[in-house]
Amino acid sequence: MALFVTCLVDLFRPSVGFAAVKLLEEAGCTVEVPPLQVCCGQPAYNSGDRATTRAIAAQVVEAFDGYDAVVAPSGSCAGMLTHHYPSLFEDDPAMQARAKNLADRSHELTSFLVDVLGMTKVAARYDGVATYHDSCSGLRELGVKQQPRRLLASVEGLELREMTSPEVCCGFGGTFCVKYPEISNAMVGEKSADIAAAGADTLLAGDLGCLMNMAGKLQREGRAVRVRHVAEVLAGLGDEAPIGEPGGSRR
Amino acid sequence: MQSTARSFKDNVDTALADPNLQDSLSKLKVGFSERRRQAAERLPEFEALRDRARDIKNHALANLDFYLEEFERKVTALGGHVHWAPTADDARRIIADLCRSIGARTVAKSKSMVAEEIGLNEHLEALGIAPIETDLGEYIIQLRHEPPSHIIAPAVHLTKDQVADTFLEHHSKLGFTRRLTERNDLVAEARAVLRQKFLDADVGLTGANFLVAETGSSMLVTNEGNADLSNTLPRMHIVLASIEKVIPTLEDAAVLLRVLARSATGQESSAYTTLNTGPKRPGDLDGPEQYHVVILDNGRSSVLGTEMQDMLRCIRCGACMNHCPVYGAIGGHAYGWVYPGPIGAVLTPQLLGVEEAANLPNASTFCGRCESVCPVRIPLPGLMRHWREREFERHLTPKAIRQGLALWGFMARRPRLYRRMTALANRLLALLGRAEGRYRTLPLAGGWTRFRDFPAPPAGGTFHAQWRRRKP
Ligand code: SF4
Repeated sequence: MALFVTCLVDLFRPSVGFAAVKLLEEAGCTVEVPPLQVCCGQPAYNSGDRATTRAIAAQVVEAFDGYDAVVAPSGSCAGMLTHHYPSLFEDDPAMQARAKNLADRSHELTSFLVDVLGMTKVAARYDGVATYHDSCSGLRELGVKQQPRRLLASVEGLELREMTSPEVCCGFGGTFCVKYPEISNAMVGEKSADIAAAGADTLLAGDLGCLMNMAGKLQREGRAVRVRHVAEVLAGLGDEAPIGEPGGSRR
Repeated sequence: MQSTARSFKDNVDTALADPNLQDSLSKLKVGFSERRRQAAERLPEFEALRDRARDIKNHALANLDFYLEEFERKVTALGGHVHWAPTADDARRIIADLCRSIGARTVAKSKSMVAEEIGLNEHLEALGIAPIETDLGEYIIQLRHEPPSHIIAPAVHLTKDQVADTFLEHHSKLGFTRRLTERNDLVAEARAVLRQKFLDADVGLTGANFLVAETGSSMLVTNEGNADLSNTLPRMHIVLASIEKVIPTLEDAAVLLRVLARSATGQESSAYTTLNTGPKRPGDLDGPEQYHVVILDNGRSSVLGTEMQDMLRCIRCGACMNHCPVYGAIGGHAYGWVYPGPIGAVLTPQLLGVEEAANLPNASTFCGRCESVCPVRIPLPGLMRHWREREFERHLTPKAIRQGLALWGFMARRPRLYRRMTALANRLLALLGRAEGRYRTLPLAGGWTRFRDFPAPPAGGTFHAQWRRRKP
């Protein structure tokens, strides 16, 4: 099977990729990372640039040709592959068939672990009280809700405490957060207050974009919440420096 | 109504700095969505009903000409009249002519978004005909000279205190000198002030939730029973509705009503559901002598048969805005025209042009919550994306974004070059952020760092660089 690293993880948080590899390998998968992959194309897609999106999508289809499963540590990128790629090629039946085929093989990480591999627990320890934010695409396009919680419940030392509105958008929205910074700020400000009110010391989610947005706000507001990708905690890499905190990688 | 959609960004600044608005929005955000959730949970077949509602509207839209003509035949047979208004101008003229034909001085109105769309009140006032709003929310904003901020709760942007002050200011000269804050008291006071005006009104004007082709009826739901003041007392009843309101049968209406109220307010059904079927018949105790239905197109028919047709399924329940985090942050006025929230972001570019409303479909994170609650399953994010694509094609997308995208797109299609550039960027970013783990400012990311820190990558290289080292 293949790992779709995603562009944000590649550039800003490689440990999420290694956490995903560790979880998948421990579950018995042989993980490859096709070098042709870059980004799923959402920046172009969500800006209305269909031609560029198609070119990038075609490249992704090519990159992951032949793997029996393609897994991304992101609901947003996985959702792009599964829900949007096929519709990009309405006028190109051959390409559309390949895109549909990729869509059928693509999965978000926690959903792949639980729904496909049947994983029920992980061997990890994390000392803290965590709250989990449901990123929008994962939740509403892919139905990722119970899978991460189920696995987190097996992490030793971790207590999960829900916030009031875990399903409300954090205001990231890709380019939205820089195109409409004031609205985005109002949204992430509310999210940050909700996180703080939950009384958790750790914030987890399955999408790095949302995590960077929330981490940035929590830190600007001086709130002492450690922010991590759920894969890191599940893989036992919970001792990496949290997102936006100093401290080098261990590798 | 005059649009301010072009100054969306200024409108947003104003909205975010308005404490009364923010106070009202904080209540709306939890109230509406919680009530809808409970209502949906109480009805096991709710999801199946949403499918049926979608199918009914799709069928009606696919055969719109047939059902509209059928509706007209029925109305005519009942002794009423149907008037076709291709544009807002036509609708205003038709209604003004009808009012003048009986020398009307006052029009008792119940809430109608289409009336807002065509700017009816201003037009009537200019002709010396006084519109009297019978819906409490509409009446409040009429007193304050404000447009509605929500399609089912036009004054939802106001706090109770603001309403109390408005009433005191306008009613004290009529002898109502107690400052009231309870909703029922406010309704009663408004009624008392307006009762004689309602009774004296020459024309009653209502919107319609549905036009039923089978019977020629217009159907209207309210929670105040105010529509009944507009359609039974005056001599002439005018129904103003847009073309997509027509549905085949009463049976269909029953399905739509079941999803409408639950989606809108979480009620099982609205307090009042009124059917108007033609003018007063011989022997009827009350009812209007004349019954007119004005049916507005205003650019809608050009969407039929296109990939955008889905937007015409809308039954104006308001759920999409009640669940929208952007609407929840900025309220309805910021959208700048009649229809706010996700449906506004889709409808306004169609009705006013994408140049005028370019910002609206862009101001969304595509979180998808609107689509997940829409009773007729309109793919709202998909339709917003469609507008973004039209904007991009027509070079309306801001230049900085286009250039950034072009550069990024160039690199993203060249994986080897991309790897080299990201490796460089990663090293630089890691180095700069080493001490703090994040940046408080970052060139080219001012929109981000104005409000939040930007997390730095840890040292050690990109994932792909590290992966190559691990697996030679
Ligand atoms: S788009 Fe859907 S949710 Fe929004 S008002 Fe229309 S019917 Fe209701």
